[in-house]
Amino acid sequence: MSKPSERVALVGSPNSGKSSLFNRLTGLRQKVANYPGVTVEKTVGDCVLPSGKRIEILDLPGTYSMAPRSPDEQIVRDVLEGRRESTEGADLVVAVVDATNLERQLYLALQILSTGRPAILVLNLIDAAEAQGIAIDVTALSRRLGVPVLAVSAKTGRGLDRLREAMDTPRANGHANGATNGTTNGDGPNGHANGASPTIASLLDANDPARGYRDVEAIVREVVRRRPKPDRLRIRIDHVLTHRVLGPAIFLLLMATVFQSIYAWATPAMDLIDTGFRALAVGIRSAIPPGPLQSLLADGMVAGAGTVASFLPQLVILFFFLALLEDSGYMARAAFIMDRVMGAVGLPGRAFLPLLSSFACAIPGIMATRTIESRNDRLTTILIAPFMSCSARLPVYALLIGAFIPDTHWFGFIGLRGLTLLALYLFGIAAALVVAWVLKRTVLRGRRPLYVMELPPYRVPTWRSVLLTIRNRCALFLQRAGTVIVAVSIVLWFLATYPSGHPETRALQAQAQAARAAGATAEAARLGDAAAGAALRHSFAGMLGQVIEPAIRPLGFDWKTGIGLISSFAAREVMVSTMATIYNLESSGNDASASLRRILPGVTDARTGLKVYTPLVAVSLMVFFALACQCMSTVAVVRRETNSWRWPIFMLVLMNVMAWGASFAVFQGGRLLGWG
Amino acid sequence: MSRDAAAAAAVALAPEAPPTRTLSMVPSGARAFVLRIDGDEHFARRLMDLGMTPGTEIALVRRAPFGDPIELVVRGSHFSIRRSEADRIHVETL
Repeated sequence: MSKPSERVALVGSPNSGKSSLFNRLTGLRQKVANYPGVTVEKTVGDCVLPSGKRIEILDLPGTYSMAPRSPDEQIVRDVLEGRRESTEGADLVVAVVDATNLERQLYLALQILSTGRPAILVLNLIDAAEAQGIAIDVTALSRRLGVPVLAVSAKTGRGLDRLREAMDTPRANGHANGATNGTTNGDGPNGHANGASPTIASLLDANDPARGYRDVEAIVREVVRRRPKPDRLRIRIDHVLTHRVLGPAIFLLLMATVFQSIYAWATPAMDLIDTGFRALAVGIRSAIPPGPLQSLLADGMVAGAGTVASFLPQLVILFFFLALLEDSGYMARAAFIMDRVMGAVGLPGRAFLPLLSSFACAIPGIMATRTIESRNDRLTTILIAPFMSCSARLPVYALLIGAFIPDTHWFGFIGLRGLTLLALYLFGIAAALVVAWVLKRTVLRGRRPLYVMELPPYRVPTWRSVLLTIRNRCALFLQRAGTVIVAVSIVLWFLATYPSGHPETRALQAQAQAARAAGATAEAARLGDAAAGAALRHSFAGMLGQVIEPAIRPLGFDWKTGIGLISSFAAREVMVSTMATIYNLESSGNDASASLRRILPGVTDARTGLKVYTPLVAVSLMVFFALACQCMSTVAVVRRETNSWRWPIFMLVLMNVMAWGASFAVFQGGRLLGWG
Repeated sequence: MSRDAAAAAAVALAPEAPPTRTLSMVPSGARAFVLRIDGDEHFARRLMDLGMTPGTEIALVRRAPFGDPIELVVRGSHFSIRRSEADRIHVETL
């Protein structure tokens, strides 16, 4: 494919419909990446013009002003002024404004035009403006500003052909040939073609909002007939959605629906994906002779790819809802309602949904933090999201509670087991709040970001935008986080598989073979499980378990538990199947947990003859799981969302140090009190 | 400074600087004109970029269900800002 010959930048304020226009122009030919060194996302796409010329369109982050105050706005300014080397700058700027509110939107447009780049002004949402009785004299506006002005509707596609034609028109533009330097060098008006009419030049020099708005008011008086009428529908909807009682109630109902959908509705699809990958592993085992290659493919790569794919149903569902809530304008109302409540813990209202989602899984939760504008708030939310008790912790809690917590009931309905589980959830939340409080006063200190937020008009989301959001998010996850997850899976597979061929393993394998030959299937299966257990105990993971034993002994864990902790970095629930393998049990079936529950209380240490697991050890282990970052996928997705290894490593260390400290306190404290 | 002393200081200042209201004191449904914005330049510039330049009319639409933030209309656009931020916007009510 040839490289697009020109680059066009779309610039506009948030809610100007800029992204809908981008989606219209590029369709599926778009991709999302990051600007180097910052967390700001770069969205680019291709567009074919009527002449057949292919151009690259850059969808710049929404901004309210050219005076940069955030990394997003800095990017916009850098691109427009051609200062950012990696993004080169733009050959043409398309300034997008919401035609329903020219008075506020033209202010930014004038700043954009004042950079002197060749530009087109697009009056988007023109059909909405007309429906409100607003008539704009496009010709007069074009004459006044000295740039082509086009009325379009990204929603219906009206005016888009003319926009493509305008982008195709050769731009003989003396003023903008200094494309590497955005400062206006022409201080006098050089005619209409160069985009530096007197108005614009004065705005640039003055850098004064009061003056800028006076200029805008003058232009609007000239070109807009009929001022906008109040939006009755909006008033009515807002009356309900931000109502004192109904508002919070509807908010909770919507959040409960989103949570239920990622927690429960995604399960069938996740099971299906799981079954598919199991079948793939079986297929590989029958197609490739046993050996290192078969094991690498079936146990390493397929397991990793399966883990990656299993997140997709949750991500698709979450981003479907997120796109609907965001595009309809509801998300801003949700933030409006929740700001006071979340503000009590120093977080913005928009942190609510990501944190709630994290009770299902931190992966979609962390990816949902994208809607939080302030960098520090977003990082804080990302770093505390994994403390929410995700669904992968449940199998571990269920095993340990079932095996060690007595099934005591009070008043007939308050059960000790249920209370234990509740306590673990609350413990995670409390840890998150403490961490947020500390982070906000230390590493993520900074003045409280300005909250000022636009409450956009309600709009019906388009399928195009919603589907493109889902597609782009999933593609990003697969490319950026997926590769890390597969790589870590292979490392974990290697640790659990090599060195192979220990005499004990070989002997058990030979016995299993003999039993199978003799027709004793049950005995063969038992010996096969024992061989798998021996292989794991003698692997690098087994050795690592022994190496870390001195570090986890004070928490009450032996080296076999240590193996479980190491391998559950693949995903927390892997703890259950690993422990089953270690104790020579069938690990793949559904009853691995049930058989473990039976045998764990009776396991004794061969060296001391003492019980390895007591209720105190179980509580210590659950506390460890509540806090520890036992999840490579979380690490990978934080790496992707923060665009650096710094934060995921910080999170890994912080969570595991906290987990160690809390388990130490529980186990040693419990022993002092005589419970161990 | 005691409360009395503060009140005395306020009275003493009164002739030069007539007491103004801030936006957070404006009741829901009322309208006001921006006089000036206190606080650092960053804050004032941000609000002015959004159209809250001196002399602009602001309508206070409602308070959020839990009392904070508040919703405003400025030049046809709706914004929400926290009360602590509204406290720094001095207005003249109509």
